[in-house]
Amino acid sequence: MALYTPQAAAADARRTVLTTSGRSRERTPRSLVFVVLLWFSLLVAFATLVALLVHTLVDGLPRLDGRLFSEYPSSRPEEAGARPAVLGSLWVIGTTAVLAVPLGVAAAVHLEEFADRDKWWNRLIEVNISNLSAVPAIIYGMLALGSLALLGVTQKNIVVGGAVALGMLILPVIIISTREALRAVPRELRDGSLAVGASDLQTTWRITLPAALPGIATGTILALSRALGEAAPLLLLGGLVFLSFDPNGLLSQFTTMPIQIFSWTSQPQAEFHTLAAAASILLMGILLLMNGTAIYIRNRSQKRW
Amino acid sequence: MSSTSTTAAGRAAVPGRLAAPAPGTRILRSGNRPGEAVVRVLLRLAAFLSVAITVGIVLSLLGPALDFFSEVSVVEFLTGTRWTPRFADASYGVLPLVTATAWTTLIAIAVAVPFGLGSAIYLSEYAPDRVRRILKPVLELLAGVPTVVFGYFALTWFAPTVLQRFLSLEVGPFSILSAGAVMGVMIIPTVASLSEDAMSAVPNALRQGSAALGANRMQTSLRVVFPAAFSGIVAAIVLGISRAVGETMIVTIAGGQLVQMVSSPLQQGATMTTFIANAALGDSRVGSLEYNTLFAVGLLLFFLTLIVNLVAIQLVRRFRQEY
Repeated sequence: MALYTPQAAAADARRTVLTTSGRSRERTPRSLVFVVLLWFSLLVAFATLVALLVHTLVDGLPRLDGRLFSEYPSSRPEEAGARPAVLGSLWVIGTTAVLAVPLGVAAAVHLEEFADRDKWWNRLIEVNISNLSAVPAIIYGMLALGSLALLGVTQKNIVVGGAVALGMLILPVIIISTREALRAVPRELRDGSLAVGASDLQTTWRITLPAALPGIATGTILALSRALGEAAPLLLLGGLVFLSFDPNGLLSQFTTMPIQIFSWTSQPQAEFHTLAAAASILLMGILLLMNGTAIYIRNRSQKRW
Repeated sequence: MSSTSTTAAGRAAVPGRLAAPAPGTRILRSGNRPGEAVVRVLLRLAAFLSVAITVGIVLSLLGPALDFFSEVSVVEFLTGTRWTPRFADASYGVLPLVTATAWTTLIAIAVAVPFGLGSAIYLSEYAPDRVRRILKPVLELLAGVPTVVFGYFALTWFAPTVLQRFLSLEVGPFSILSAGAVMGVMIIPTVASLSEDAMSAVPNALRQGSAALGANRMQTSLRVVFPAAFSGIVAAIVLGISRAVGETMIVTIAGGQLVQMVSSPLQQGATMTTFIANAALGDSRVGSLEYNTLFAVGLLLFFLTLIVNLVAIQLVRRFRQEY
């Protein structure tokens, strides 16, 4: 969506046709007002972003210290920390990645490389995936909750339950971005491989997938960063708990950073809001790092085939 | 699988046949090695998993929801204006929740559509290459902020500083207005990015034709590019609506918990997602009416967003122009 592709660059070059023509026509009062309005709409988004970052930093930076990592949640703000939430986020996102990435890539490989587009079930899958990507996040929490109830699991707040909910949430995202990455691999590479006698699957495994790897990695990291910031589905699994121990396994109870932020924001005292701000800085820092990595991979590996 | 896929494309490769392969089809195919059929089946299963998830969503929502509707009539649920599931004289009219959702969505869209489209027009029609390469990642940054942080921001900065101090509105810390407005800013990148894609896809010949007729850039943007990209823009807006309807954390934090028929955006009000999130905090026993209520509201939410999405698909189909 946001790639600055060669096509976009070409469109840019063509668009300059308009900039070079008719200078005086661009100077009428109405069109100047129009441009100012356009600037203003961009300004709204950017001013909000700046206000959000500044407010959070000012509020939270003083409290962004070691206690946040070493202490457990507490009713006394000066002693409280987010240790179980940080570890819980690691556990849940790690498990989510293990569950969702192979499945998503496999589904995308099937749809892009092997599926027969004329068959109705493959079209059904495609329509279904685009619909799934618009389902509200909280519904995935209900799905996980309902499934756990069906399985007769009484402890709904377990790492693997949260990972299943988040995994289902990001599966469509991974499938869609992987398909785009596979589509960008030129057919000649596959044909070359097939021509020297490789089978279809060997071609996919040794030629197509490696060529598409940067694109897949970018999409996957972005999907996981979305899962990392998501709180709603986990709330349904009872993620809002005070834990005084570190989560230590797939069946362990957990809480995550977004839920910890929610919990602190819901407290009336300003000291807890400061804690929420500190944890928000930490969370946004991690997300920024992930997104930065994704963009770095994307830019470094932009190949012109 | 291999036999079906070799027929259409593979036949064209046989020497002596003149049929040219359709663009994009693969000419070369090869046979499977032993065991590869298993891998292919696994890949196909992974793809079918997405359908299984959809079926799972419907089934897992439907089961408890049906239990709920065996105790509460559908008419009472959909038309009642009192939502008091925890009171002794429990009443299950979902309209207060739906009204609050409609209000927050309306406000969010009122913020996101004008500013999102304005940003999109600027990025697509006005911004020089260099400027856009800076502006787009910043917009993405806004899209990457977790919703729970937006909620914190709405509660601790937007409501007290902007609404109360700058605009001197008579609002409390929780209000539909503050939740809706911040949600609107959250949706701006979605609307802007998708609309910009749609406008960038409009062929340049149209712009050049418009310029040749003496139109300036504003006229070209509004009367040529905008109508030509209309289906994509509608899709962007509808996606924004469905995000606003399903958004949970911002409204739960900043919209207030009070269930009431909201008549003014300055009031607080619990939306459908607020109710689901709060009900989930309480430990309701599986199978209890309280637990089932959760799923009835969830089912309604699912269908509302589904309808919004289907409307989007229809609109896109109806207004799509191929160039």
